[in-house]
Amino acid sequence: MNRSRIFKEKVAGNLMLLITTAALLLVVAMSIGLYVKSAPIFEEHSLWDLLSASEWKPFKNQFGFFPFIMGTLWVTAIALLLALPVSLLTAVFLTEYANSGIRRWVYPALDILAALPSVIYGVWGTLLIVPWISEWLAPFFVEYSAGYTVLAGGIVLNVMILPLLVSLFVEIFSTVPQELRDASRALGATHWQTTKQVVFRRSLPGILAAVVLAVSRALGETIAVLMVCGNLPQVPHSLFDACYPIPALIANNYGEMLSLPLYESALMFAALMLFIVVLLFNLLSRIILYRLKNR
Amino acid sequence: MIEAFKRWSESLKLSTNQPHTPPVQGADSSHEFIPDRKFSHTQSQAPLEVRDLNLSIGEQPILKNVNLQIPRNKITCIIGPSGCGKSTLLKTFNRMTDSIEQVKINGSVLLGGEDVIHSRGADLIELRRRIGLVPQRPCPLPMSIFDNIAYGCRIHGIRGKWKHEQVVEHYLHEVGLWEEVKDRLRDPATSLSIGQQQRLCLARSLAVEPEFILADEATSALDPISSKIVEDLFVKLKQHYSIIMVTHTLRQALRIADYVVFIYMGEVIEAGDAAQVFHNPQNELTRNYLSGVFS
Repeated sequence: MNRSRIFKEKVAGNLMLLITTAALLLVVAMSIGLYVKSAPIFEEHSLWDLLSASEWKPFKNQFGFFPFIMGTLWVTAIALLLALPVSLLTAVFLTEYANSGIRRWVYPALDILAALPSVIYGVWGTLLIVPWISEWLAPFFVEYSAGYTVLAGGIVLNVMILPLLVSLFVEIFSTVPQELRDASRALGATHWQTTKQVVFRRSLPGILAAVVLAVSRALGETIAVLMVCGNLPQVPHSLFDACYPIPALIANNYGEMLSLPLYESALMFAALMLFIVVLLFNLLSRIILYRLKNR
Repeated sequence: MIEAFKRWSESLKLSTNQPHTPPVQGADSSHEFIPDRKFSHTQSQAPLEVRDLNLSIGEQPILKNVNLQIPRNKITCIIGPSGCGKSTLLKTFNRMTDSIEQVKINGSVLLGGEDVIHSRGADLIELRRRIGLVPQRPCPLPMSIFDNIAYGCRIHGIRGKWKHEQVVEHYLHEVGLWEEVKDRLRDPATSLSIGQQQRLCLARSLAVEPEFILADEATSALDPISSKIVEDLFVKLKQHYSIIMVTHTLRQALRIADYVVFIYMGEVIEAGDAAQVFHNPQNELTRNYLSGVFS
């Protein structure tokens, strides 16, 4: 009886170790797979050529990723610029100002927002944001815009990363000890002064880590941006230009036109790029959070 | 038990007969203890007056019908067994009760004619400036030693680097910390030892020129030597400030208290001059508490 107990204990422990290791190995396997698949393109094009060239004509053997990189960066930057102030203030309101009654309602709502499938955000963007831009906003600035623009992508993505940012910020602000707030308020500081000088200052590394995490999420978002960005392989020069983010490129083209051997390899290279960037960003935010915890 | 009580009161007499003002070890003895008068001051010498104060959290009454007059320029010790409402009473004096959920307060706490309980906005901020707080555990704000002391000036709109430098030096002298930290004012305040941190917190409170200083077991987290330094500081500071301490250590109350308030189950059982309460307690409960029947 005793022996079988110990046997089970050993099996359970090792099994869990095996499963965990398998998950980790998957990451390594994916990166190797992506590299092997994308290797053929390096035989004909140098890395610098691929990253800096602007021409995307697979049939003419021209694979310039610069428009896609810029498209991704634009959409991500706009999303972050829109989401950061809103999420910071929302989180401050929830942790510093709101009473528990409000929190009880808002937290689940945020969870629902975070859990919505991204295609719903895409549909919402197509039905509301795209027409709004083309009919209302764009005429103030440019002659014509179809609405499928960098801005549309940024707005949709902003709404998608908002709940993530808010919940991260709420968690970070909650780790600030109440005594610090009390110490500041007892000196006669207002709520806002306390938030600005004590809570923000103390949470700065955490805020940074949350932003990095949100960026890596935004970089990889596919369906929603694919539906509203216009998908033209051009370098956007204004908010009202169409663009073509990397994940959309992969999702739209993989599986088609793979008769061109280098085409698949190019798409795999795009995936590898995304993989490395997201991995690095995640790593960075983990490091910051780890150092924050051990401070 | 009567024997034990007699022995106890004998020992009290012995210890209070000793000279009452020990030399302050930590403080800079060449330095005069005066506030530097940046803020406008009332000349009021009226005591801090508590009238018919009732406080409950949810349905649980914490303070019941408290009536008190806390004298100026004295050390008032609030004593009583754990959970009797001492700390909560202290918190009502500067309205730190606001951060407790579901708290209900009736009655008034009057400081020179102004009611702490019913004040709002700018009045509350000014009242909090006039009633400083030294927390139980030292909690330096997440900034440098210099900025911790200058914080009070900054939040109350007193600007100018030169002015701040003066204030920082002045109050670091007052708590005897100047010599120890003058070469590292820009270091984070958390780099100080716990005892130094607590003196820093005291200096930070003094820098907004309060009239009253609330100390919630301010020495309980300190080692005996630091604890002694802080205690001696309080004794010296009472010339210019009125100090209200919550303490768990009867010996400490005995050493430094001029006025004593004994609370039991949220009610003020006895309040009066230290000599009278300690040597000639009027109430059976006080007598039992002092003789260690319960604690």
